[in-house]
Amino acid sequence: MKLTLKVWRQKSKDHKGSFENHQVEADDHMSFLEMMDVLNERLISNKAEPVAFSHDCREGICGTCNMVINGKPHGPSKGTTVCQLHMREFKDGDVIVIEPWRAAAFPVIKDLVVDRSSFDRIIQAGGYISVNTGQAQDANAIPIEKDTAAQAMDAATCIGCGACVAACPNASAMLFTSAKVNHLALLPQGQVESSRRVRAMVKQMDEEGFGACSNTGACEVECPKEISITNIAAMNRMYMGAVIGAQDQV
Amino acid sequence: MWILNFLTSSLGKKLIMSLTGLFLIIFLLVHLIGNLQLLFGDNGEAFNVYAKFMTTNPLIKTTSYGLYFFILLHIVQGIVIWLTNKSAKQSRYAVAPKNTSWASSNMATLGIIITVFLAIHLWQFWFKMKIGAIPPVNIGGEEYTNLYAVVHEAYQNIFFVIFYVVSMVVIGLHLSHGFQSAFQSLGLNHKKYTPLIKGMGIAYSILIPLGFAIIPVWMYMMH
Amino acid sequence: MINLDPKVPEGNLGDKWTNYRGTMNLVAPNNKRRIDIIVVGTGLAGASAAATLGELGYNVKAFTFHDSPRRAHSIAAQGGINAAKNYQNDGDSIYRLFYDTIKGGDYRSREANVHRLAEVSVNIIDQAVAQGVPFAREYGGLLANRSFGGVQVSRTFYAKGQTGQQLLLGAYSALSRQISLGNVTMYNRHEMIDLVKVDGKARGIIARNSLNGELTKHSAHCVVLATGGYGNVFYLSTNAMGCNVTAAWRAVHKGALMANPCYTQIHPTCIPQFGSYQSKLTLMSESLRNDGRVWVPNKVEDAEAIRKGTKTALDIPEEDRDYYLERRYPAFGNLVPRDVASRAAKVACDEGKGVVGTGLAVFLDFESAIHRYGKSEAHSKGIHNPGKEAIRKLGEEVVAAKYGNLFDMYLKITGENPYKMPMKIYPAVHYTMGGLWVDYNLETNVPGLFALGECNFSDHGSNRLGASALMQGLADGYFVIPYTIGQFLSKEIRTPKIQDDTAEFDTAVKESQARIDRIMNIKGNQSVESFHRRLGAIVWEYCGMSRSEAGLKKGRQMIRDLRKEFYADVFVPGTSAEFNPELEKALRVADFLELGEVLMLDALDRNESCGGHFREEYASPEGEAARNDKDYTYVAAWEWDENEPKVHKENLVFENVELKTRSYK
Repeated sequence: MKLTLKVWRQKSKDHKGSFENHQVEADDHMSFLEMMDVLNERLISNKAEPVAFSHDCREGICGTCNMVINGKPHGPSKGTTVCQLHMREFKDGDVIVIEPWRAAAFPVIKDLVVDRSSFDRIIQAGGYISVNTGQAQDANAIPIEKDTAAQAMDAATCIGCGACVAACPNASAMLFTSAKVNHLALLPQGQVESSRRVRAMVKQMDEEGFGACSNTGACEVECPKEISITNIAAMNRMYMGAVIGAQDQV
Repeated sequence: MWILNFLTSSLGKKLIMSLTGLFLIIFLLVHLIGNLQLLFGDNGEAFNVYAKFMTTNPLIKTTSYGLYFFILLHIVQGIVIWLTNKSAKQSRYAVAPKNTSWASSNMATLGIIITVFLAIHLWQFWFKMKIGAIPPVNIGGEEYTNLYAVVHEAYQNIFFVIFYVVSMVVIGLHLSHGFQSAFQSLGLNHKKYTPLIKGMGIAYSILIPLGFAIIPVWMYMMH
Repeated sequence: MINLDPKVPEGNLGDKWTNYRGTMNLVAPNNKRRIDIIVVGTGLAGASAAATLGELGYNVKAFTFHDSPRRAHSIAAQGGINAAKNYQNDGDSIYRLFYDTIKGGDYRSREANVHRLAEVSVNIIDQAVAQGVPFAREYGGLLANRSFGGVQVSRTFYAKGQTGQQLLLGAYSALSRQISLGNVTMYNRHEMIDLVKVDGKARGIIARNSLNGELTKHSAHCVVLATGGYGNVFYLSTNAMGCNVTAAWRAVHKGALMANPCYTQIHPTCIPQFGSYQSKLTLMSESLRNDGRVWVPNKVEDAEAIRKGTKTALDIPEEDRDYYLERRYPAFGNLVPRDVASRAAKVACDEGKGVVGTGLAVFLDFESAIHRYGKSEAHSKGIHNPGKEAIRKLGEEVVAAKYGNLFDMYLKITGENPYKMPMKIYPAVHYTMGGLWVDYNLETNVPGLFALGECNFSDHGSNRLGASALMQGLADGYFVIPYTIGQFLSKEIRTPKIQDDTAEFDTAVKESQARIDRIMNIKGNQSVESFHRRLGAIVWEYCGMSRSEAGLKKGRQMIRDLRKEFYADVFVPGTSAEFNPELEKALRVADFLELGEVLMLDALDRNESCGGHFREEYASPEGEAARNDKDYTYVAAWEWDENEPKVHKENLVFENVELKTRSYK
């Protein structure tokens, strides 16, 4: 199939970006990123600068890849990262618009590559259980209800790709933050410090310059791991309880 | 101060939007029930009596100050959130994504239209009444402000009728997202009950504005 | 010849680690605060090590070339993690896990290391649960287990098909906590491109900041490498695109030795290659072999018809199918270890029975599982005389519950519905058992340089069992290095802070810059990717699933020629002083071009077949691997030399297990 790509090119954070048009020949079996590889190989053979894009595992789990394809983070397929998106989802003659994640808290590094270190800082603020190596008791000492463990697992599948932020008209990081808050709060091990955790993580999230959630639900639609916005509601609840109930003045 | 930190956090701001929103949702219902008296066909007697009650009863009066405050808070907070969210997003995609309902991603626009409507609405009826610019009427030997007459006169103008109906559509859209969103912000989301809340939200966002819209249309057609 | 002393402690196998731990030198808390440690890599081994060392009070500097520590490729491990918990009461024990691992590794690993691994395996599960890793559970709320290839007990803990992800996120959270406490300084997007030695000891690294190309100097009292495996030397592998050997290889250039590089694991169940543009191969978890049956058509004509598309798997009647694993290995059937299953697939395809256009794929069929589960589900639901369709539907539901995410992934990639059509699979490079030579302390032959996880060679011999990579990475990081590093550091408490403004660091920066400039200035005509692809094809052809003397010699020469061509004709766009992924790739491929040659040499040196290393000349009459314990019970550790790499040897001593021919028949 013959495709027309409109790819976002931007030299660095401080440069202005713009779209660049390219024609590409693809086939059904190719993944979207392999199609990008083909484009880049051609650019290189013409001694031109290849399009910079993030990618690593190419099996949908590392969360590195990030492209907005025709307005949709990770492209048209539901529950799929760009690296798992295949060209059979497109047809001959399609025009494909490829853009980076757009959010103030994710500045563009180059072309389609953005800086998502804000996510790391949110986790550093409290996305952990404070246990040192060696302090743990036997793994079966605390039974956890199967459904509860499964719910925690569903929240924990977040790959930290940032599609939720990219999809959100407000660039809010609520789905990402709440998934981690909820994953840990659901487990008895994480329950202990959940009040402190939710306050610290929300504070960091706000400081990073993400927008406020207006419950549009776009994040849930675009999340490649299909994480539910019930996590956001749970975090809202937890946050209120934590702030109102806490003994300290923060 | 923890309470200030809380209320200025992104979640706290949402909480304020949610609580004030829910208050306004309830107000709409009360307002509608009162206004339906315009349709009694009694030349506005019931309505004028009701209007006097609403403006003189001390409890209602106190509540109304709360209402003014909440409306203002909802508007101001809404604008603040809208501005911070705009700066958080910075730029839009070249291709518009279709992953939200139109209303949910245009709450601010809808809200601004509603604010404009509200200003005109208040100026037209509430303000005139407050400054005593409305002539009195005698009902059962007692003197009442003839608000009915003002309303009746306004709804003889087709442009006002259209303006009100269109505004109600806007309010309906605002409600269609706002109703269920308020519950989500309060953390009230449950597999079993959320579909129910969403259903109620849709019903509410259709029925209440419809009820309001019927009034001018009816009064225009009946004259 | 370098003397490779494994420093295995005295005593009974079961007591070695306990006694050693109890008597080894410690560093006092007040001294720990004055000691700097560099940890390179933030996968399971690196993140767990950095976090634990930070908890102990050392000043840790952690490095990753990724944008975040959470992206490391440990995240992609699907199936699970082994531990000798014996929660299932099925006869598991530390000794059995040790024995299975030694046997699975075809008796080419170090006894004491493997036993220690089995011992600490139980602590890992405790630690992970305490960190909030949401392992699968039973209705009673206790942990669930499943079985994996090559063993007869259920000792594998799992979190859906995302065990690696959950364990990595656990280690990442522990690391994040130490970062927030200031005990670990995190350097994202910094790729180690050289090791710095001072007076013979590893004292720092040179890292390239990929955002601006700046070469940065980092000093410490010792350096820990946890930089993963080198599977990408094959170009096509299940590794992530960024996986590379550069950090380890730079250490080799500074005197560390690369041990057993030819031991590479070819995983039997991967999605086959479809086109020449293919960039990577995707693994389908080994757990699928619990229920899937592997087969090829009996008749070459049928295979040809399938390849041409005139027939499908469904057109082949039962009697014309060869369930070759069940036929050849009745005792283990479809659950034979990975090396055995992979080789058998190759044999079938070599006979012309491959089932995709390239001729390189076999079927993995769930039809009988669907049927079996459907029937039992109908029975348990009280449906009498269920129809064929009803059984199918119920069976598909059970299979979906067990493997749904894997089936979805298969569908996404191939566009074919695996519930209706058998999956097509083929072996692919997955893991490298070889790695930097380390002693019992996980220290390389360069003092102060340690290697953990897949980056070292120590625990898996010539073949790794499923669900053991996660175990080893975390064992090394959480429970081994925090102790053993003290053996080195306890002698360094009087060493002041290592300064990075010395001649050693300046020279290293200059050399690194020269290496970068050399590549940038070639300005040839071929892309880095094209060289990598060609290198991979050579290594796969001559040092893949089966190897021969003639092939290896030829392959070696081809790599040497390719290397020459690379330095004459590679083209890297852009400049070195900016964000330049092509340059990063070029530096990695340059190192692969050297490692590839050593791979060939190692395979050539090892005149036997063992585990993942199969030499055509050394096979039993039935075509099974034939080991030569008399001459090859050693670790081959390679010293790099542009002209003639040299081998050094550590003899493996087996005091506790008897070396037997592995049989899964």
